[in-house]
Amino acid sequence: MPPRRVLILGATSAIAQAVARRYAQGGARLALVARNRQYLDVVAADLRIRGASALWTEVADFLELERHAALVDRAQQALGGLDIALVAHGVLPLQAEALADSRIAGLCWQTNFVSAASLLEAVGQRMEEAGRGTLGVLSSVAGDRGRAENYVYGASKAALNAYAGGLGQRLAKKGVRVVTVKPGPVATPMTAGRMRRPGLLSDVDEVARRIHRGLEAGWPVVYAPAYWRLVMTILKLLPTRIFERLRG
Amino acid sequence: MAPGETAGPSSWGRYPHVDQRALALAWASDPLPEGTEPLLPYGLGRSYGDVCLNPDGPVLLTRELRRFLAFDTQAGVLRCEAGCTLGEVAELTLPHRWFPPVVPGTRFVTVGGAVANDVHGKNHHRAGTFGRHVRALELLRGDGTRVVCGPSANTDLFRATVGGLGLTGLITWVELQLASVMGPWMEVEAVPFSGLDRFAELTATSDQTHAYTVAWVDGLARGTALGRGIFFRGNHAEGGGDLPAPRLRLSVPFDAPDALLSAPLIRAFNAVYRHWPRGGTKRLSTWKFLHPLDAVGNWNRLYGSRGLLQHQSVVPGPEAVQELLATAADSGQGSFLTVLKTFSDVPSPGLLSFPRPGWTLALDFPGRGAPTFALLEKLDGVVRAHGGRVYPAKDARMSVDTFRAGYPEWRAFAAHVDARFSSGFWRRVRGEL
Repeated sequence: MPPRRVLILGATSAIAQAVARRYAQGGARLALVARNRQYLDVVAADLRIRGASALWTEVADFLELERHAALVDRAQQALGGLDIALVAHGVLPLQAEALADSRIAGLCWQTNFVSAASLLEAVGQRMEEAGRGTLGVLSSVAGDRGRAENYVYGASKAALNAYAGGLGQRLAKKGVRVVTVKPGPVATPMTAGRMRRPGLLSDVDEVARRIHRGLEAGWPVVYAPAYWRLVMTILKLLPTRIFERLRG
Repeated sequence: MAPGETAGPSSWGRYPHVDQRALALAWASDPLPEGTEPLLPYGLGRSYGDVCLNPDGPVLLTRELRRFLAFDTQAGVLRCEAGCTLGEVAELTLPHRWFPPVVPGTRFVTVGGAVANDVHGKNHHRAGTFGRHVRALELLRGDGTRVVCGPSANTDLFRATVGGLGLTGLITWVELQLASVMGPWMEVEAVPFSGLDRFAELTATSDQTHAYTVAWVDGLARGTALGRGIFFRGNHAEGGGDLPAPRLRLSVPFDAPDALLSAPLIRAFNAVYRHWPRGGTKRLSTWKFLHPLDAVGNWNRLYGSRGLLQHQSVVPGPEAVQELLATAADSGQGSFLTVLKTFSDVPSPGLLSFPRPGWTLALDFPGRGAPTFALLEKLDGVVRAHGGRVYPAKDARMSVDTFRAGYPEWRAFAAHVDARFSSGFWRRVRGEL
């Protein structure tokens, strides 16, 4: 099998790095895009040592939506086509700060939903033209039902789920799969010291293994770890009166 | 939350219980978190007691610093961030016929932790400690400066940092000289022995012929049976073939209830050894020989919610080991897992490095309150009477006096401790608590 051609948008996120490591070990050709050059270079060097057969990097601020189309074109050209793309960037604001300052909430929605949806569309259209490819997006279990603890963040992911679901339905007829990834809380720098029960954080490598499998198989929705599917199914079905009595 | 479970990171022995706060560092090039409160780098928490805990402040999670920076496959020199594990290093380097120069009993330790505890392995008689194979490392100090040190640069700080328990600053990356191996497999042998004199003979001859030697001692034996056990020796084997990925055969999902503690636990541990291939040389995967307990995830939970206290010491020879074993046996608190190994006279590089020439004995006890602590204190007394010392990486309770007697260079070390860094262990053995 020729090496996989994989584009990762938001390549310095901890989960994205863990997924990229798995592809690098398999000798993939990787295109990595992130905001910070210094971080991106360290990640790229690591992936090269781990076995990536080609590496292309570019620095971008995803809030500049008008640049998305050209960015994806360059990546596609550098890789010689796209087998897999993963939209992985996102921010987790402190809920209290986001409630007190709507600019913080707005930036969260801009980043997690608006820019992610724009990138999904840009990649999706190119995969549609090629008639093949798998397009993954890192969402979250927090998007399945708004909870008091994190509904600012959760709302951005809920919107993303709707977008990815619709895009997936549209592209299914064109040979393109859209994979919505919903990790539970993962032990990463984004969550360090911020969880009420750090014991419930999942290991990032375990989550990445699941995501890698879901991308390769083209599953429409990937919960990572898998047990979150059951947890969220129950939580979604819970009548509101009961849900409201639960702790955050 | 179950009793004894802490909200944050804990140590492998799960004693002491600390409601440990945590911060994280995602990038080696980032500055330390702002503030003045003392920090402590925390990798995977495989040290047993409180050298990896900082009850009065946060620990700084370093596991995300896990990128390889440079790998020279010809010279076997690897530069990696300090949060990489030795297992990850081995997976990368074994296909190129290189292996970490020293590995402790588990592959789930970070490179930074291996330096900070100057760990040793079953090959100590040849390779010495981990720190001997460090060519250079970068230290991020509390004042924000970065110092590259090694055996020939900033040597004083290097000698303090190797075995320095994370107290001299944050190790951001390490450059290691790997060991050349013939292949990913090992040829190993298990030889039962009846007592310590027979162990002495076995180790004297095997240390000449085998790169790795260690003995399991029957911690429940008494009287004339005291000191019996099984001697394991191995060499990296010739021949290629991919190494099967290490497998987690089972995992312990929650604490064993105290009532179930003794019998099933001893059986579980001893099964690891009992099923070892005996008689003649066997071919085993590197993982299986060097890290048998890694096949059981969270085996520390088998010790129940009150945790596990290990006592590892180095003493001059068989008389002291015999006395330690007898003291444990007489107490009625058999050690569940007892490991014996000889250290050679290969010098340790760090001011606080544990290994010195002699015999090292590790005894495991479930935490059972006062009687356990009394026994451990008694064992310390034996160690001190013989001029030995106790391993900080395994310790949660040694006294100020025991520490100072064992580590006369503690004063020179203290001068290098960075004001921004501290640990529960350090405050304890400095006599502050």
